[in-house]
Amino acid sequence: MPTAVTASSRFRDARLVPIWDRVRAGERLTREDGLTLFATDDLHGLGRMADHVKSRRHGDHVFFVLNRYVNPTNVCVLSCSFCDFARKPGEAGAFENSIEDVLEMIKPGTREAHIVGGHHPDWPFEYFERMIAAIHAARPETQIKAFTAAEVDYWWRRWKIEPREALTRLKAAGLHSMPGGGAEIFSKRLAKLLRYTGKADADRWLEIHGIAHGLGIHTNATMLYGHLETLEERVDHLLRLREQQDRSGGFLTFIPLAYQVGTTKLVPRQTPPTDDLRTIAVSRLLLDNFPHVEAYWVMIGEETASLALHFGASDVNGTLEDEKIAHMALAESPAGLAREQILRMIRDAGKVPVERDALYNVVKVWS
Amino acid sequence: MELTRLDEIRAKAEGGKRLERADGRWLLTEAPLVEVGALAQQARFRRIPERRVTFVIDSNPNYTNVCITDCQFCAFYRKPGDPEAWTLTVEQVLEKVEFAAGKGATTVLLQGGHNPALPLDYYLDIVRETRRRFPQVTPHFFTASEIQTMAEVSGLSMPDVLRRLREAGQDTLPGGGAEVLSARVRKRIEPKKGGPRAWLDVHQEAHRQGFRSTATMMYGHVEEPDDIIDHWEAIRDLQDEHRGFTAFVPWSFKPGNTLLEKWIKTYKGPSTYLRMLAASRLYLDNFDHVQASWFSEGKRAGQVALSWGADDFGGTLFEENVHAAADYVNKTTVDEIITLIRDAGFTPAQRTTEYQILREY
Repeated sequence: MPTAVTASSRFRDARLVPIWDRVRAGERLTREDGLTLFATDDLHGLGRMADHVKSRRHGDHVFFVLNRYVNPTNVCVLSCSFCDFARKPGEAGAFENSIEDVLEMIKPGTREAHIVGGHHPDWPFEYFERMIAAIHAARPETQIKAFTAAEVDYWWRRWKIEPREALTRLKAAGLHSMPGGGAEIFSKRLAKLLRYTGKADADRWLEIHGIAHGLGIHTNATMLYGHLETLEERVDHLLRLREQQDRSGGFLTFIPLAYQVGTTKLVPRQTPPTDDLRTIAVSRLLLDNFPHVEAYWVMIGEETASLALHFGASDVNGTLEDEKIAHMALAESPAGLAREQILRMIRDAGKVPVERDALYNVVKVWS
Repeated sequence: MELTRLDEIRAKAEGGKRLERADGRWLLTEAPLVEVGALAQQARFRRIPERRVTFVIDSNPNYTNVCITDCQFCAFYRKPGDPEAWTLTVEQVLEKVEFAAGKGATTVLLQGGHNPALPLDYYLDIVRETRRRFPQVTPHFFTASEIQTMAEVSGLSMPDVLRRLREAGQDTLPGGGAEVLSARVRKRIEPKKGGPRAWLDVHQEAHRQGFRSTATMMYGHVEEPDDIIDHWEAIRDLQDEHRGFTAFVPWSFKPGNTLLEKWIKTYKGPSTYLRMLAASRLYLDNFDHVQASWFSEGKRAGQVALSWGADDFGGTLFEENVHAAADYVNKTTVDEIITLIRDAGFTPAQRTTEYQILREY
């Protein structure tokens, strides 16, 4: 037996070998490849390829940010079946924060404020515009990452403010970037089944991100998985994001969001950690034009997030003080971590923590 | 460079050649985690070809927390005379066995501190009465250092103590108290417990007498890679003699409320755990089973560990006090264990203490 074993024999699933060749050559993967990657049970093979791509881009670095999570309101006109966060106006547990309340939540020195909320039927666009201006004036050191494309679309539906106008005005008020929420999963079938047809659909969500990118506003993208979606739907979602990124180029990070069973219970229990790892790996492999894929510890837990750093993830989000959406869906992770814990999560994986700002400027390399 | 080393280790593993110290060092320090996992999983399937993961329905009670050994990693023990010190009577211990049996346990893992006030008959009575009253329960009692304590207190030799326990009905020993079988490490964290031989001698003699036992390792404190390899070498050599070990069971040191907490604030995370499991699977080429724990490292890390060389998911641990003393608590049910194993992609099977399959789910 020859002792020099070729690299290709390292794959338990031979279908991965031609994909690996293309990954190493830096070639784009196809829809068919994406389906194969989700179908294989060769978890180590997936990790090997995704880690290769991640390391080629970022070496051993893994990024995080000191951030604060702010929900101005959970009042929402929608009734998405997967959501434990939303409340109807006047319903028990509904909250509405004033601009002063919001300012109080953002402590001096906060690097990034992540601001998302429900589709509130009575709050005019100008209220949000004033909120951003007030935060920017009070906390000039804080970068403001605010409002999903779904919220921006709702201002059009409710107040007939065009997304381009809304984003232009928000940027002038102090908005730095946009989060990637509200994408859910791009599927007409599921939008109907899970009752989110009243929300920006795939075309609209992508259009708004394209507009933001055109205005120089960087954004993130997400995918809600681990409920009733098929693997084909996951692949198609990722490919639509890839196409949009080819067109507009402003996505920074892709964040797969593991569905939290909470009280909505679309499935009996949360998808297992091996599914989180493969979803992160396949995302890293298909989204060849995204700088980062994130392991969102709030949804998948600290242990799995740490392990995901071997599966293509180059970001763990951040300290996320006072996260609510996942925690109202009974997420088991603590609501907010200290920097020490984030550093530990990254270092245990043998990686180098890099503290960043909202736009991925390096604040400090924690070697 | 990296590839060459990896290929060498793969060729050794596939060709049934034993890994050497340098291989172990590389696996523990530099090897990419997914590659260690891939190799370990191949080794696991060579040994256990079925996609089956076993578990045992068990409980882990204690008979005393009185201990004179002052190990720096232990949050459980109290010195004799301490207001929080306690020792159960034989009947109280049997109530705990009864509780476990009532919940369907086939194994009770009983261990305790080194309490010089307890005569040998105390231990023998517990074994005998467990066998008599609960024939469905395997008494998986007393770690090596407790056996040594019984010998010192009774004046019998350690082999004689083992013989007496065997006559009373005991067939297996738990593998706790190994920590890291390196003279340097044990001197630092448990100077009164003796060097590696103190643990190895008991298991060697037990295997000679026909007992089966497990080998454990508690890592994540003062050890270096070479200490881990000392540990592997010692138990691999012993396993060559009698094949007495059923399984290898590693877990991370939990510093809460221990003397070591002053220097070591947190426990090692999941990447370290997977690496340890997988590298152990490769190095310990004469062990049938490697146990992953839903308990000690978290349920989700435990599930992933089933793809890193482990083929067993440990026990239900209806009662557990040692980790709990370090403020680390984790609970489960039989149903949850079955679900966790299935979701990780394997077929759950209930086993006995000695790894015989009782039931596949």
